[in-house]
Amino acid sequence: MKALVAVKRVVDYNVKVRAKADGSGVDIANVKMSMNPFDEIAVEEAVRLKEAGKISEIVVVSLGVKQCEETLRTALAMGADRAILVETEVELQPLAVAKLLKSVAEREQPQLVILGKQAIDDDANQTGQMLSALLGWGQGTFASKVALGSESVAVTREIDGGMETVELRLPAVVTTDLRLNEPRYVKLPNIMAAKKKPLDKLTPADLGVDPSPRLKTLKVAEPGSRAAGIKVANAAELVAKLKNEAKVL
Amino acid sequence: MNYQAPLKELNFVLNQLAELPSVCSLPGYEDCSVELVEAILEEGAKFAEQELAPINRQGDQGARWQDGAVTAAPGFKAAWQRYVESGWVGLRAPAEFGGQGLPALVALAAEEMWCSANLAFSLAPMLTLGALEAIAHHASDELKQRYLPRMAAGEWTGTMNLTEPQAGSDLAQVRTRAERQADGSYRISGQKIFITWGEHDMADNIVHLVLARLPDAPAGVKGISLFIVPKLLVNADGSLGARNDVRCVSIEHKLGIHGSPTAVMSFGDQEGATGFLVGEENKGLAYMFTMMNHARLGVGVEGLAVSERAYQAAVSYARERVQSRAVGSPDAAGVLIIRHPDIRRMLMTMRAQIEAQRALACVAAAALDRAGHHPQPEERAKNQALLDFLIPIVKGWCTEQANEITSMAIQVHGGMGYIEETGVAQYYRDARITAIYEGTTGIQALDLVGRKTAGDKGAVAQALLEEVLLTVRELDGAGLSDLARALRKAAADASRAIGFVLEHFAAEPQWPAAGSVPFLKLMGIVLGGWQMGRAALIAERLRHEEGADVSFLANKLMTARFYGAHLLPQTGALVHAIVEGAESVLALPEDQF
Repeated sequence: MKALVAVKRVVDYNVKVRAKADGSGVDIANVKMSMNPFDEIAVEEAVRLKEAGKISEIVVVSLGVKQCEETLRTALAMGADRAILVETEVELQPLAVAKLLKSVAEREQPQLVILGKQAIDDDANQTGQMLSALLGWGQGTFASKVALGSESVAVTREIDGGMETVELRLPAVVTTDLRLNEPRYVKLPNIMAAKKKPLDKLTPADLGVDPSPRLKTLKVAEPGSRAAGIKVANAAELVAKLKNEAKVL
Repeated sequence: MNYQAPLKELNFVLNQLAELPSVCSLPGYEDCSVELVEAILEEGAKFAEQELAPINRQGDQGARWQDGAVTAAPGFKAAWQRYVESGWVGLRAPAEFGGQGLPALVALAAEEMWCSANLAFSLAPMLTLGALEAIAHHASDELKQRYLPRMAAGEWTGTMNLTEPQAGSDLAQVRTRAERQADGSYRISGQKIFITWGEHDMADNIVHLVLARLPDAPAGVKGISLFIVPKLLVNADGSLGARNDVRCVSIEHKLGIHGSPTAVMSFGDQEGATGFLVGEENKGLAYMFTMMNHARLGVGVEGLAVSERAYQAAVSYARERVQSRAVGSPDAAGVLIIRHPDIRRMLMTMRAQIEAQRALACVAAAALDRAGHHPQPEERAKNQALLDFLIPIVKGWCTEQANEITSMAIQVHGGMGYIEETGVAQYYRDARITAIYEGTTGIQALDLVGRKTAGDKGAVAQALLEEVLLTVRELDGAGLSDLARALRKAAADASRAIGFVLEHFAAEPQWPAAGSVPFLKLMGIVLGGWQMGRAALIAERLRHEEGADVSFLANKLMTARFYGAHLLPQTGALVHAIVEGAESVLALPEDQF
């Protein structure tokens, strides 16, 4: 059984990002970039499934600029078998990503597609769901447990009310939540070996997809700083303020 | 405040100053590339930051000794396990024994991160590699096959058993005895002290390398042999056998690096410990000296690594501590102390020196790689000579300054730094050993003045100064005239100091000896300034390129100019002490002290 894992290159979670002066976006020039942490969990899950003998091949795919190759190499060092880079300079939005991934999935014919539930840069939380709809496959989003059978997969999801387990017929799309697993440290010999694993390059045109953005970013601004608080004399005053001023009660 | 590996800075120094791409093109390093090294350092940084740094503090509680067994500090055994599983032990171990065979330059960058994160821990892999290297270079194939794969995998650790109570800096005094046995092995008996990670519970076996003397050996340094003495004997099939007659009789109570057990080892208390000769009899000390370059370079890096950690702690504290109004401000409200000029001066003094030291250490490591791997013999020889000259400077200068820099980090913290709670005092205590072990600063300085400077009549020293002057001219050409001026003046001071050494070494060697540590510091400051000059030139060039990391490069430039204004002028005082000060060092009669 083959698994396809999608990984995104994002600003490292330790970096404190700033909005560009002209408000056109976030300034990512010369900041540290890493694999989206949710995608790291997706790769880890695939590697564990492979180690457990449940899948035989892991194909990892990334979409974006040339430097995404580094992110793919990391995934290969973690244990993926081969990589595909869909190279483009175009700003990619969730629907375009979902369409591109659909096309990759049709070429690769995986039984399982694993993605992070969202990327920590735009926090869209849409790609997995869109991909599943475009493919017409079942979806198990926000997974905290994945039990893979030969015909189906049971995905335990984190939902507002607690846990929910869904059983999906394969092929299926799974998106990962934080508690699914803890990604391993990459081993030095595997970093060396990853260099020699195959990495194919495609373009959106190869996949027959027009990735042009459909949404327009109007302005990116930093949140305003918090105003100073005040001291209240007693609980009654606090309740009154919450009711009348904050209007949260 | 947790440690954050300075990856941008490391990559800049590796790629630009130590010229990693050319190191990767050397025969034997073809698998290495700039992208690969970046990936390795990024993963190494993760490990250092997330696994080693957090247990540094608990390591300060120390390892525990009971009835000859040593329990590593809390968390160390598990961290070692993960370090081993991640394959870090084998980074620069030869590929034929399961290592990755990466350049010393790459290993040095990784070692800086281990040492910054947790100096006490980092000594275990460091000593293992030292022992591994000695065996790989000098032992028989049979011994290599028996020990090296297990050591490169981190299953077994290694130690260096050199020091005895009467034989510290002077190893000619070694008394541990070795007697030939009928089966070709040797019976070892004697006591060794100061054995780093000499006993612990992190690995299945410990491979001790022991210096000892045969009964018929010539006196002095030419009568010392090197032996492998494993804690557990190794059977022919590679399995572990009987306990050897070697015991850890105690561990030392020290000023710092408490997480690293410093053992007193007793060999042969009962029937005699079984040892296996490395190479030939009576050549042990020569074998040890081939390891010395790498080891001394490594200790220099320990110094700058602890300085880096202390600097990060100081910056972090200066950013959160509010105290006193800003100088010259009418507003009485307190400000973050990072806004006070003297705090800035201290932070810049730390930062500028650390950057200069890192650059010089990396340039030395690249010379080590070229000395071993360059296809042309004359290039190998040239780099070996450069390396030989730089080693005592990197070792002595980086570690002496570590004492000052970690002390300055405490100063930034004020009274809070003197209290253990802030953690910065540990760096000060941990750093203190680095100027002592692997040859004290005095030993390094004597080596520099004697063998390395007078030994070739100043050839390497003068050639290096020529290169410094080349950089001076380029700085002038690039409009960085303040730095050019400072570096030219410092180079002139260095030239005068070298002249004094050459003039007096033969007839009155005690004079250059009296000024040898100032000489070492002077050379460190000048050569560090040379690297900062090179860095400034590169930064000046790169910052105009498209997509350049403008703020990093601007900081680099400004830090180099600070170095020119604050550090380089110190050479004036040092050369005065060297040239004019010898007599006053030696004038007082002994009984007047």
